[in-house]
Parts: sequence; structure tokens; C-alpha cells
Amino acid sequence: MRLAEIVTAGVLALLSIYLMWKSTELNVGYIPDEGPGGGFWPFWLSGIMLICTGLIAFNWFRRTSPPSQSTDVLLDGYGKRTLVLVGGGLLGFIALINIISMYGAMVVFLIYYLRFLGRHSWTLTAILSISIPVVFFIFFEALMRITLPKGMKFTEPFYNFLNTIIY
Amino acid sequence: MTLTKRMFVQMAGAAALAGAFAAPAAAFEPTKPVDFVIMAGAGGGADQIARFLQSVAEKKDLTSRPLVPNNKGGGSGAEALIALKGTSDPDHTILVTLNSFFTTPLRQENLGIDIQTFTPVAMMGVDPFVLWVHKDSGITTFEDWLAKVKEGGYIMGGTGKGQEDSLVITFLEQNYDLDIKYIPYKGGGAVAKDLAGQQIMASVNNPAEAKGFYASGDVVPLVAFSDERLAAFPDVPTVKELGKDFSYYNQRAVVGAPGMSDEAAAYYQELFKTIYDTQEWQDYMTSESLSPLWMGPDEQKAYWNTQVERHKELLAAMGE
Amino acid sequence: MEILGLLTDGVLVSLMPINIILILIGVTLGLFIGAMPGLGSVNGVAILLPITFLVPPGSAIIFLAAIYYGAMYGGAISSITLGIPGASTAVATTFDGRPLALSGRASLALVTAAIASFIGGTVSNVLFTIFAPLLATVALAFGPPEIFALMLLAFATFVGLGGDDIPKTILSICLGLVFAAVGFDEISGAPRLVFFDITGFLHGINFLVLAIGVYGIGEMIWTIESTRGEITTTEARMSLKGIITDSKEGMRRGWKGTAIGSFLGFFVGILPAAGATPGSLMSYGVAKLMAKNPKEFGKGHPGGVAAPEAANNSASTGAMLPMLTLGIPGSPTTAILLGGMVIWGLTPGPRLFTDQPEFVWGLIGSFYISNIFALIVNLAFIPLFIWMLRMPFTVLAPLIFVLSVVGGYAATQDMHDVWLMLGFGFGAFFLRKLDYPLAPAVLAIVLGPIAEPTLRQSLLLSSGDATIFFTRPIAGPITIIAIILILLPLFKLIAGKMRRAGTTQA
Repeated sequence: MRLAEIVTAGVLALLSIYLMWKSTELNVGYIPDEGPGGGFWPFWLSGIMLICTGLIAFNWFRRTSPPSQSTDVLLDGYGKRTLVLVGGGLLGFIALINIISMYGAMVVFLIYYLRFLGRHSWTLTAILSISIPVVFFIFFEALMRITLPKGMKFTEPFYNFLNTIIY
Repeated sequence: MTLTKRMFVQMAGAAALAGAFAAPAAAFEPTKPVDFVIMAGAGGGADQIARFLQSVAEKKDLTSRPLVPNNKGGGSGAEALIALKGTSDPDHTILVTLNSFFTTPLRQENLGIDIQTFTPVAMMGVDPFVLWVHKDSGITTFEDWLAKVKEGGYIMGGTGKGQEDSLVITFLEQNYDLDIKYIPYKGGGAVAKDLAGQQIMASVNNPAEAKGFYASGDVVPLVAFSDERLAAFPDVPTVKELGKDFSYYNQRAVVGAPGMSDEAAAYYQELFKTIYDTQEWQDYMTSESLSPLWMGPDEQKAYWNTQVERHKELLAAMGE
Repeated sequence: MEILGLLTDGVLVSLMPINIILILIGVTLGLFIGAMPGLGSVNGVAILLPITFLVPPGSAIIFLAAIYYGAMYGGAISSITLGIPGASTAVATTFDGRPLALSGRASLALVTAAIASFIGGTVSNVLFTIFAPLLATVALAFGPPEIFALMLLAFATFVGLGGDDIPKTILSICLGLVFAAVGFDEISGAPRLVFFDITGFLHGINFLVLAIGVYGIGEMIWTIESTRGEITTTEARMSLKGIITDSKEGMRRGWKGTAIGSFLGFFVGILPAAGATPGSLMSYGVAKLMAKNPKEFGKGHPGGVAAPEAANNSASTGAMLPMLTLGIPGSPTTAILLGGMVIWGLTPGPRLFTDQPEFVWGLIGSFYISNIFALIVNLAFIPLFIWMLRMPFTVLAPLIFVLSVVGGYAATQDMHDVWLMLGFGFGAFFLRKLDYPLAPAVLAIVLGPIAEPTLRQSLLLSSGDATIFFTRPIAGPITIIAIILILLPLFKLIAGKMRRAGTTQA
């Protein structure tokens, strides 16, 4: 954790500097007759962030904050596996939305999580991964009239058909 | 069990019907909900108009798929213009516009928006502007107002530099040699409220935005920036009567996304013509002091050209 | 007394069988819309507005009021059961609601939230009935400096919420405030902080994208990782007797929070620029300050659920006031209701109360009735939400992820934001591991868009003179209280150090 603490502080310091630099695209000072410029707010607040990262580093040096004392590793084997399996699953889910639509991606993600991470039976997996997207479809498309992404063109006939039912 | 069976039968029936209707696909009909983008945030004048148009369409059952309002007001409407330009389905995307349709592409050339690529649908009317002051200021005429502003330290509010009302205020500053401090706000409603609360001294608002405070006597109209006197304020002179050849309106128009097919454009033009002619819309224009101004697609394209030129001049005068 | 007569008429109209059915449907629908992360009362009211043309205007208003109330109750449900605030108004509810749910007391949290919401709603309805026209002038007296002072006060009340690591708390607040500035600068109209010229940043970073990323993804992965996947929430049981004992306990320990929330929420809610979110935050902060043992807050104290819930319901009714009397919507939902009123041929504004008393009092009457039904429906559904919590975690987790992704999309309807949400989720996971408090960032992104323009407008009004926040009669006292509240923990720290230094010397 001790290493992670200082690395994170460094990354946040770089982020602060980037935000400050990005803010200077607009005026960061006071413009007569217009008041504080558009960069004023983000620039000075990013500046405060930079000071805070300095203080975090100082606390790290003094070993006063809990993470800077801890000798645990940030992610052990289990942690890494969780991050890859769960985080990766989510990444895949979101990546699939633009291809096979929100509902299609939902089915794939639920099967993946329930069956392969949760080790539930195929029956439960099938029931949930079909009924949940159907409930979402009815709730969003029919009831709330919010259209969720439909993916690439090939799904269109299918959803146009469903539209004829719900409207 | 019988229930589910019946449902299946119904669904099959619906599918068969759908097939039957889909077969002679001659004229365009939306096959999915129409993305009805609004170039302003929720609650403003443009938003109210959009929701009114949507509700008329819904009430009269004019569309086979609903119009779904979608507020994209960021960056004086730049967000909406970018969304329309980049839409994957131009046949199901339309936009309610105001004058930022002209000014935003001019002020931010890096957006790469060419409004001539958009598809004209309908001009629903134009919204005039009026100069308002608080009743406690004791000012009742434009001349008194000019004298007061010349004393210096005068503060007005508006919806932001380069926005419609600021163009009018710039016109006043330059033609009457005034120096006004301009406080930008989020929307016309907030401006009207802070005028009523005397946080600012005057504003240039649409009649609809200041109507409530006018009715209660909190705010007083001084001059209208319209071609003729407004029916709702017959005693308020126009700036033309006072000797300057100037008028300024906010357009309330609907446009289609660039690349919309001719069939789809014809469908929406017909739809909004129908809405325009309804009693509801005509009443709305009267009650909100909108000036009726119907235009077909070709007239609109010509109108856009003249407005772009006009706004170039107005913005140049402002030093933008 | 004329008011009372009109109000009674309004209540009686609401009690007609058809209207009762509409209220039941509206409240139930609103409850689920509110409980769905990413959707709020604004979605419910917006889609159902056109449908209200099918029924008489009187019933239409009642229907919309019922959805509005239902959604306000619903916001707390996802905050407590899933740990994801369904709306910005329910962020503060997670602080104590989530710990309660994790320790198996979800029913206590849900019941307390429901009853506090009911009381908050009722108190504000009564205040509204008595003082409505009078309070409109109060709202007008709040210009930009006053609103900024109020934001300062809101920040002051939650400075202590972040925990002990002060640099990390301040960093979190600033990060939220800077994220709030992404998109177009409202005042100059120029784009700013558009990272790598990605057009998706032009519409800014929505509060829900950050909130769902932090709570729905970051916090969830952290939970799975830190519990080694063997999370066991204590079994939450539910019975009628349980509801009664829970409501007794909730009110015994949460009455103070409820009272603070009901009144504070209302007064913050009537200010058009402020609204329910600062109201609920400030109520949480004040309830914590005034508690006998403030240390219990944040670990699962019913008072920490009662205060923000009473406040957000109270504020939501309060937000109706500027809409009706000034024609200024205080929230997106009231903006849409305002549009509806225009369509129904009513002119909101100072004259509405004199010109259309039947409408106004009918609306308020339906608030009273909707509020009662919302309480009943909410209590009736609590067993369902408790049952959801008893699902195996490997079923609940993917469901929460699906809700998060859909909610993240529904909030802005842009895939860019779904990716951004995932990025925030991963970032939040690591920051969470290193003890960075993230709630301050989530709150800051809500308050930033109110605080920044009012600060700039004020400094423009005063030509750059910051004393404007001290010299105006309303802004002055608020600013001074805020500064005292911010400095208080610092003084305590220094005093403590000096005392310790004194003892070691002696």
C-alpha cells in the first residue's frame, strides 16, 4: 500500500497540473466588465488539488496516514483476479452495447456473471438473463419512452417489430 | 395459462398486421420514437414550446411513434448541433431551434457546423423582445430610462454574451451611447426573476418570460423591439417609432438533421404544418405574444441566409 | 378561512374513486422510477405529461403530483438497498442508510426513510398552505451573492463528513468542483476542459455518471474484492410487527433529524437556484452537529437517514413555490410541470394564487393525499426490497451492474458517458482502497454548477470586491456562519494539540 499511496499522489498531482494547464485555455484571472474568466474556477481549484497532493506526500513521508503505514500489497492475487474478471466483464458488456444493442449485451453479461462467476445453475441463469432484459425493455421503451442503444444495423428489423407491439 | 395463450395470439395478430402495413412502404412513417432535440435546457422558452408541440402531436395522435423531447442546451446549443450533425439516424432526429442556430456556428467556427446542411422543416413563429424595468425604479418611458442609464453604474442581466438579448443590449449601447454592466444568467426565466427581485436594474426578455411579473405589476415594459406594437402591450412603443430602424426576434423553428431523406422531410413538414394550423398552437401564440410567421422549406433556407448575414453584422458590432 | 374551504375542496376532489386509482398508479410508478438509478421524477413527469390530456386537468395534476411524490420516496430505496443514490437528493441518505442495510437493519432504514419523508412532506405542505404568497418575496430577495453564501454553508456543513484525512477530503471536493466545470462555460459560452477534444465532454459530466461510477461500480468491485466474494449481509427479516417496532425505533432516534430536515429542507427548497440537494445535505450536516453523539453518524444512525429524507421531500414541495408564484422552476421536474401548466392555459406567476385559486389549492390538496398514499404504498413494498437484499450476492451484483450501466446511459443518453462511468468506477476502486473519501466529490459535482456562476456573477456585480458576501444583509450572516463552521474543526484540532503540548510539558 505504501508504494501505491505515493504513486497515486503523484498521478493526482500530474492530473492537477494537467487540469491547471487545460484551464488556461480560457482566462484564469479577472476580466474588467466580465468578471472572473472562464478558466478562473477550475484553475485555482486544481491548484488547491496540487497543494493537497503535496500534503498527502508529506503525510506519506511522515507515515501518518493509514495506507502509508500498511505493508499489505494493494492487490493480492485474489484482488487482481476479481478486478480482471468483474471489471473485464463490465468492459466487455459496455463494448458489446454498440454491436448487439443494450439488451443483447445485457443477456451476454448476465450469462457470463451468473453462470461463470456465480456458478449458478443453467436454469436460473436462463430465467434471469432472459427475464431481466425483457423487464428493462418494457420499462424503458414502452413505459418510459427512453430508447436504449440498439447496436448495429442488423438488429433493426427485430426492434422495429417490437416497436409495433408496444406503441 | 389461457391468458398467455391469448397474448400470443394477439402478438401474432399484431405481427401479421404490421407485416401487412409494412408491405406497401410508399410514404415515410417513423418506425421508432423520434429524437426531438431541444437547443436549450429544461424550463426555458424553447423548451416550453417544444413540449407544447409534442403534447399537441400526442393529443391529436398525429404521429405513429412518439416525439421524445431531449434537452441538449450545452454551449448555447452547440451540443445539440453536434448531436444532429453526428446522428446515425437522420430520419428520426429533429431539432427545435432559436437564434443560437445562427450565432453559435458563427461564434464557434471550430465546431464545423454548416447550418445549410440541415433540413428545413417548419417555422412556427417568432418571439419578440421587450425592454423591462422594475416598477420601483419609477421609470415609465424609454427617454427616462436613457437619462437614468447615462448617470452611470447601470446593471442589466441577460442570458449571456453573444446571446439574443445581449445583441439587443449592444444595439442600445452603441446607438444611444450607453455603458451598461451585463450580468449573464442561465436562462430568461432567471433573468426575469432577478429583475423582479431588483438584483438587476433592467432586462431584455421575451414577453412570455416576464408575463407573470408584468401581470402582478412588478415589472414595466418600456420599448418593444418588434416591427409593430405588440397586441398584449398596446401602449408600449416600438424602437422603430422612436426613430431607430431596428427590430429583433427569436426564431421558433423546427429543423431536421443533415442528411434527412426527402420522404422523411416531407413527413415532418406535413406534421408541423398540421400542428401550426391547430387551434391550440394559434391560441398559444396569442397568449405568449409570439408573432405568427409560417414559412415553407425554401423560404426557410433563404431566411437562414439573411439571418446568418444579419448576425454576422450584429456579432461584429459587438466585437466578437 | 377561504383557503381552508378551497383546500378541503381540493382534498375531496382527490378522494374521488377515479382519482384515488390514479394516485395509486402514480405513486407506485413513481416509486419504481425513483428507485431506478439514473431516472428520477423528471423522467416520470415528462413522459406522462402528454398522457394527462386524456383525463380532465384536475385529475391530470393529481396524477403528476402522485408520480412526483412516489419518486421522492423511491430515491431513498436504491440509496439504502443498493448503495447507489438514485438521485442527487438521495446522496446523503447513503451515508447512514447503506451501513444500516449492511448490518441487517435495512428495514429500519427503509421505514425511517418512509416516515421521515411523510413528515417532511406534511410539514412543508402545511407551511406552503399558510405562507405561500408571503414566502415568494423571500425567494426574490436571494440574488447571486446570497445563493453563493448558501452554497458555502452547504460545503461547510459537510467538511467534517470526509473523515480524518483532511488533504484527501479537500482534494476530493476540489476534484468534484473541477469536474463540474467541464463542458461549456455558462457565462462566456466558450467550451472548456474538453479533454482530448472528445465531443462527449461538451455536455459536461453529469452528476449521475460520477455517482453511479463511484457507488454502482467502484464501491461494488471494492466490496467483492475486500470481502473475498463471500459477502454475507445479515439476514434481514420482515414482518408487520417488525415495521411497527422499526418505526418506533426510527422515530425515537430520528425525530430530531426529521424535524431539522422538514424545516431546513423547506426553506432551502423554496430558493429557485438551490433546491432539494443542498437542502438534504445541510440537514444531514446540521443533524449531525446537533446530535448527542455525532460520531455515531455515518455508521448507521437512523437520524442520518431521517434528516436528508425529510429534507428532500420537504424541499421538493418547497420547490413548487417559486414555480407557482414566480413562474421560475426550481428543478427540472417543476420545469416540466410549468410547461404543463402553460399547456393547460394557466399562467404561473404572482397572480396565479388570486386568478386561479381552485387550481392552486386543488394541487396542494392533492399533495396532502398523494403524500399519505405514497407512505402506504412505500411501506407495502418494503418487504419486496428487503427480499431483493436476501438474494445471493452473485445474483444481486450483476443486477446492480446492469442497473448501473442502463442508469448511466439513461441519464444523458450518450454512450460516451457509459465509458466515462466505467472509468470513474475503476478510479474510485483504487482511491477507495487508499482511503480517499469520494462522497465529497459526488456532492461537489452537484453544487459546483450552482456555486460557480453565482460566485462569478457576484464578483462581476461588485467589480471584483469580495466583501460583497459580507456586506449584504442576507448574504453577510450566512457567509459568517459558513466560515465559522469551516474553521471550527481546525480550531478544535489546534486547541487539542495545544492541550496535549501543555500536558507533555508539565
